[in-house]
Amino acid sequence: MTSPNVALLLLMLVAAVWTVMASSLLKSAIGLALTSVVLTILMFQLDSPLAAVFELSICAGLITVVFISAISLTKPLSAEQEQERILSRVKRFALLPVMLAVVAAVLCFSSFRPDFSVNFRPNPMLDVRHVLWQLRRFDLVGQIIVILAGVFGIVVLFKHRSKGRGGR
Amino acid sequence: MIIESANLFWLFGIFVILLLLTGSYCILVSRNLIRILIGLELLTKAVTLLIIVGGYVTGQMALAQALVITLIIIEVIVVAIAAGVIIGAHAHTGSLDVRDLRNLKG
Repeated sequence: MTSPNVALLLLMLVAAVWTVMASSLLKSAIGLALTSVVLTILMFQLDSPLAAVFELSICAGLITVVFISAISLTKPLSAEQEQERILSRVKRFALLPVMLAVVAAVLCFSSFRPDFSVNFRPNPMLDVRHVLWQLRRFDLVGQIIVILAGVFGIVVLFKHRSKGRGGR
Repeated sequence: MIIESANLFWLFGIFVILLLLTGSYCILVSRNLIRILIGLELLTKAVTLLIIVGGYVTGQMALAQALVITLIIIEVIVVAIAAGVIIGAHAHTGSLDVRDLRNLKG
Protein backbone atom coordinates (compact mmCIF):
# COMPACT_ATOMS: atom_id res chain seq x y z
CA MET A 1 0.00 0.00 0.00
CA THR A 2 2.94 2.32 0.61
CA SER A 3 4.36 2.70 -2.91
CA PRO A 4 1.07 3.87 -4.53
CA ASN A 5 0.76 6.23 -1.58
CA VAL A 6 4.22 7.65 -2.24
CA ALA A 7 3.42 8.10 -5.93
CA LEU A 8 0.16 9.87 -5.08
CA LEU A 9 1.87 12.06 -2.47
CA LEU A 10 4.57 13.01 -4.98
CA LEU A 11 1.90 13.78 -7.58
CA MET A 12 0.08 15.97 -5.06
CA LEU A 13 3.25 17.85 -4.20
CA VAL A 14 4.08 18.37 -7.90
CA ALA A 15 0.54 19.66 -8.50
CA ALA A 16 0.87 22.01 -5.51
CA VAL A 17 4.22 23.37 -6.73
CA TRP A 18 2.79 23.80 -10.22
CA THR A 19 -0.16 25.66 -8.67
CA VAL A 20 2.20 28.09 -6.99
CA MET A 21 4.61 28.54 -9.89
CA ALA A 22 2.18 28.69 -12.85
CA SER A 23 2.28 32.05 -14.59
CA SER A 24 -1.45 32.16 -15.33
CA LEU A 25 -4.03 32.40 -12.55
CA LEU A 26 -6.31 30.05 -14.47
CA LYS A 27 -3.58 27.40 -14.54
CA SER A 28 -3.11 27.92 -10.80
CA ALA A 29 -6.80 27.31 -10.18
CA ILE A 30 -6.69 24.14 -12.29
CA GLY A 31 -3.57 23.00 -10.42
CA LEU A 32 -5.39 23.51 -7.13
CA ALA A 33 -8.28 21.37 -8.40
CA LEU A 34 -5.77 18.69 -9.43
CA THR A 35 -4.25 18.80 -5.93
CA SER A 36 -7.73 18.29 -4.48
CA VAL A 37 -8.41 15.35 -6.80
CA VAL A 38 -5.18 13.60 -5.75
CA LEU A 39 -6.00 14.31 -2.09
CA THR A 40 -9.40 12.71 -2.70
CA ILE A 41 -7.76 9.53 -4.03
CA LEU A 42 -5.49 9.47 -0.97
CA MET A 43 -8.52 9.82 1.29
CA PHE A 44 -10.19 6.85 -0.42
CA GLN A 45 -6.98 4.87 0.14
CA LEU A 46 -7.07 5.80 3.83
CA ASP A 47 -10.66 4.54 4.36
CA SER A 48 -12.35 7.95 4.41
CA PRO A 49 -14.93 7.76 1.61
CA LEU A 50 -17.36 10.34 2.99
CA ALA A 51 -14.72 13.02 3.54
CA ALA A 52 -13.28 12.15 0.12
CA VAL A 53 -16.62 12.77 -1.57
CA PHE A 54 -16.89 16.13 0.22
CA GLU A 55 -13.35 17.01 -0.84
CA LEU A 56 -14.01 16.08 -4.47
CA SER A 57 -17.36 17.80 -4.85
CA ILE A 58 -16.68 20.92 -2.79
CA CYS A 59 -12.93 21.57 -2.93
CA ALA A 60 -12.24 20.30 -6.44
CA GLY A 61 -15.57 21.47 -7.81
CA LEU A 62 -17.16 24.40 -6.02
CA ILE A 63 -13.99 26.19 -4.92
CA THR A 64 -12.52 25.91 -8.44
CA VAL A 65 -15.70 27.48 -9.79
CA VAL A 66 -15.41 30.30 -7.24
CA PHE A 67 -11.77 30.88 -8.20
CA ILE A 68 -12.48 30.87 -11.95
CA SER A 69 -15.41 33.25 -11.42
CA ALA A 70 -13.19 35.60 -9.40
CA ILE A 71 -10.48 35.43 -12.08
CA SER A 72 -12.96 36.12 -14.88
CA LEU A 73 -14.46 39.06 -12.96
CA THR A 74 -11.08 40.76 -12.63
CA LYS A 75 -9.21 42.59 -15.36
CA PRO A 76 -6.57 40.57 -17.25
CA LEU A 77 -3.11 42.09 -17.69
CA SER A 78 -1.81 43.41 -20.99
CA ALA A 79 0.85 41.42 -22.89
CA GLU A 80 3.70 43.74 -21.76
CA GLN A 81 2.61 43.65 -18.12
CA GLU A 82 2.30 39.86 -18.35
CA GLN A 83 5.86 39.56 -19.66
CA GLU A 84 7.21 41.77 -16.85
CA ARG A 85 5.27 39.79 -14.26
CA ILE A 86 6.61 36.47 -15.60
CA LEU A 87 10.23 37.63 -15.27
CA SER A 88 9.58 38.94 -11.77
CA ARG A 89 7.80 35.72 -10.79
CA VAL A 90 10.62 33.50 -12.01
CA LYS A 91 13.04 35.40 -9.79
CA ARG A 92 10.79 35.23 -6.74
CA PHE A 93 9.63 31.62 -7.06
CA ALA A 94 12.84 29.94 -8.26
CA LEU A 95 13.80 29.34 -4.64
CA LEU A 96 10.74 27.20 -3.88
CA PRO A 97 11.75 23.89 -5.56
CA VAL A 98 15.27 24.19 -4.11
CA MET A 99 13.91 24.84 -0.64
CA LEU A 100 11.48 21.92 -0.89
CA ALA A 101 14.23 19.57 -2.10
CA VAL A 102 16.53 20.58 0.76
CA VAL A 103 13.81 20.21 3.41
CA ALA A 104 12.72 16.85 1.96
CA ALA A 105 16.31 15.58 1.95
CA VAL A 106 16.85 16.72 5.54
CA LEU A 107 13.62 15.09 6.71
CA CYS A 108 14.25 11.83 4.82
CA PHE A 109 17.90 11.28 5.64
CA SER A 110 18.10 12.66 9.17
CA SER A 111 17.82 10.30 12.11
CA PHE A 112 15.17 12.55 13.61
CA ARG A 113 12.03 10.46 14.13
CA PRO A 114 9.54 12.08 16.49
CA ASP A 115 7.60 9.73 18.74
CA PHE A 116 3.92 10.11 17.98
CA SER A 117 2.76 7.43 20.36
CA VAL A 118 -0.30 8.51 22.27
CA ASN A 119 -2.82 6.74 24.45
CA PHE A 120 -5.86 6.12 22.31
CA ARG A 121 -8.66 3.63 22.02
CA PRO A 122 -9.04 2.59 18.40
CA ASN A 123 -12.65 2.37 17.38
CA PRO A 124 -12.80 1.62 13.66
CA MET A 125 -16.36 0.31 13.90
CA LEU A 126 -17.77 3.69 14.97
CA ASP A 127 -19.90 5.09 12.16
CA VAL A 128 -19.19 8.57 10.82
CA ARG A 129 -22.92 9.36 10.83
CA HIS A 130 -23.11 8.53 14.55
CA VAL A 131 -20.10 10.74 15.26
CA LEU A 132 -21.41 13.62 13.17
CA TRP A 133 -25.01 13.58 14.39
CA GLN A 134 -24.56 12.38 17.99
CA LEU A 135 -21.05 12.95 19.35
CA ARG A 136 -20.15 16.12 17.45
CA ARG A 137 -23.59 17.70 17.29
CA PHE A 138 -22.30 21.13 18.25
CA ASP A 139 -20.01 21.04 15.21
CA LEU A 140 -23.14 20.99 13.06
CA VAL A 141 -24.49 24.03 14.90
CA GLY A 142 -21.16 25.75 14.25
CA GLN A 143 -21.31 24.78 10.59
CA ILE A 144 -24.80 26.22 10.23
CA ILE A 145 -23.69 29.46 11.89
CA VAL A 146 -20.62 29.67 9.63
CA ILE A 147 -22.73 29.06 6.50
CA LEU A 148 -25.21 31.75 7.57
CA ALA A 149 -22.35 34.14 8.31
CA GLY A 150 -20.93 33.42 4.85
CA VAL A 151 -24.27 34.03 3.13
CA PHE A 152 -24.82 37.30 4.99
CA GLY A 153 -21.22 38.32 4.27
CA ILE A 154 -21.66 37.79 0.53
CA VAL A 155 -24.99 39.65 0.57
CA VAL A 156 -23.47 42.61 2.44
CA LEU A 157 -20.40 42.72 0.17
CA PHE A 158 -22.36 42.85 -3.08
CA LYS A 159 -25.13 45.04 -1.69
CA HIS A 160 -22.56 47.61 -0.57
CA ARG A 161 -20.87 47.53 -3.95
CA SER A 162 -24.07 48.04 -5.94
CA LYS A 163 -25.00 50.99 -3.67
CA GLY A 164 -21.58 52.51 -4.25
CA ARG A 165 -21.94 52.22 -8.01
CA GLY A 166 -25.41 53.74 -7.91
CA GLY A 167 -24.11 56.64 -5.82
CA ARG A 168 -21.51 57.54 -8.42
CA MET B 1 1.07 3.03 18.07
CA ILE B 2 2.62 0.18 16.15
CA ILE B 3 5.81 0.74 14.16
CA GLU B 4 4.17 0.38 10.74
CA SER B 5 1.60 3.04 11.61
CA ALA B 6 4.32 5.33 12.94
CA ASN B 7 6.26 4.94 9.68
CA LEU B 8 3.13 5.65 7.64
CA PHE B 9 2.42 8.73 9.74
CA TRP B 10 6.00 9.94 9.32
CA LEU B 11 5.86 9.39 5.53
CA PHE B 12 2.66 11.41 5.24
CA GLY B 13 4.02 13.91 7.77
CA ILE B 14 6.97 14.71 5.49
CA PHE B 15 4.62 15.55 2.62
CA VAL B 16 2.36 17.53 4.93
CA ILE B 17 5.37 19.63 5.97
CA LEU B 18 6.34 20.14 2.31
CA LEU B 19 2.77 21.17 1.43
CA LEU B 20 2.71 23.59 4.37
CA LEU B 21 6.00 25.08 3.16
CA THR B 22 4.63 25.44 -0.39
CA GLY B 23 1.49 27.20 0.82
CA SER B 24 3.39 29.46 3.22
CA TYR B 25 5.90 30.39 0.51
CA CYS B 26 3.04 31.22 -1.87
CA ILE B 27 1.40 33.48 0.72
CA LEU B 28 4.67 35.21 1.64
CA VAL B 29 6.04 35.80 -1.86
CA SER B 30 2.92 36.43 -3.96
CA ARG B 31 1.63 39.92 -4.59
CA ASN B 32 -1.57 38.82 -6.29
CA LEU B 33 -4.57 38.57 -3.97
CA ILE B 34 -6.05 35.52 -5.71
CA ARG B 35 -2.72 33.72 -5.56
CA ILE B 36 -2.49 34.45 -1.82
CA LEU B 37 -5.91 32.84 -1.42
CA ILE B 38 -4.65 29.84 -3.38
CA GLY B 39 -1.73 29.58 -0.94
CA LEU B 40 -4.20 29.56 1.94
CA GLU B 41 -6.06 26.73 0.20
CA LEU B 42 -2.85 24.72 -0.06
CA LEU B 43 -2.32 25.15 3.70
CA THR B 44 -5.83 23.83 4.27
CA LYS B 45 -5.12 20.82 2.05
CA ALA B 46 -2.10 19.99 4.20
CA VAL B 47 -4.15 20.22 7.40
CA THR B 48 -6.88 18.03 5.86
CA LEU B 49 -4.34 15.37 4.95
CA LEU B 50 -2.83 15.51 8.45
CA ILE B 51 -6.22 15.00 10.12
CA ILE B 52 -7.07 12.06 7.85
CA VAL B 53 -3.71 10.35 8.43
CA GLY B 54 -3.97 10.97 12.17
CA GLY B 55 -7.41 9.35 12.18
CA TYR B 56 -6.20 6.41 10.09
CA VAL B 57 -3.19 5.73 12.28
CA THR B 58 -5.11 5.96 15.55
CA GLY B 59 -8.13 4.03 14.25
CA GLN B 60 -10.50 6.98 14.68
CA MET B 61 -11.60 7.35 11.07
CA ALA B 62 -15.16 8.40 11.90
CA LEU B 63 -13.99 11.27 14.09
CA ALA B 64 -11.39 12.33 11.53
CA GLN B 65 -13.98 12.37 8.74
CA ALA B 66 -16.38 14.43 10.86
CA LEU B 67 -13.62 16.95 11.55
CA VAL B 68 -12.62 17.08 7.87
CA ILE B 69 -16.22 17.72 6.81
CA THR B 70 -16.37 20.63 9.27
CA LEU B 71 -13.03 21.89 7.96
CA ILE B 72 -14.23 21.74 4.34
CA ILE B 73 -17.39 23.72 5.16
CA ILE B 74 -15.34 26.43 6.90
CA GLU B 75 -12.86 26.42 3.98
CA VAL B 76 -15.62 27.04 1.43
CA ILE B 77 -17.07 29.94 3.38
CA VAL B 78 -13.64 31.52 3.88
CA VAL B 79 -12.89 31.22 0.14
CA ALA B 80 -16.28 32.61 -0.87
CA ILE B 81 -16.00 35.62 1.45
CA ALA B 82 -12.36 36.25 0.50
CA ALA B 83 -13.23 36.06 -3.22
CA GLY B 84 -15.99 38.61 -2.62
CA VAL B 85 -13.56 40.90 -0.80
CA ILE B 86 -11.00 40.48 -3.61
CA ILE B 87 -13.58 41.32 -6.30
CA GLY B 88 -14.62 44.35 -4.24
CA ALA B 89 -11.00 45.46 -3.86
CA HIS B 90 -10.47 45.05 -7.60
CA ALA B 91 -13.56 47.12 -8.36
CA HIS B 92 -12.25 49.80 -5.98
CA THR B 93 -8.57 49.94 -6.96
CA GLY B 94 -8.59 48.36 -10.44
CA SER B 95 -5.80 46.01 -9.47
CA LEU B 96 -5.18 42.72 -7.69
CA ASP B 97 -1.77 43.78 -6.42
CA VAL B 98 -1.47 43.93 -2.64
CA ARG B 99 0.82 46.98 -2.98
CA ASP B 100 -2.10 48.95 -4.39
CA LEU B 101 -4.16 48.42 -1.24
CA ARG B 102 -2.88 51.45 0.61
CA ASN B 103 -6.09 53.05 1.79
CA LEU B 104 -5.37 52.31 5.43
CA LYS B 105 -1.70 53.23 5.23
CA GLY B 106 -0.38 55.78 7.74
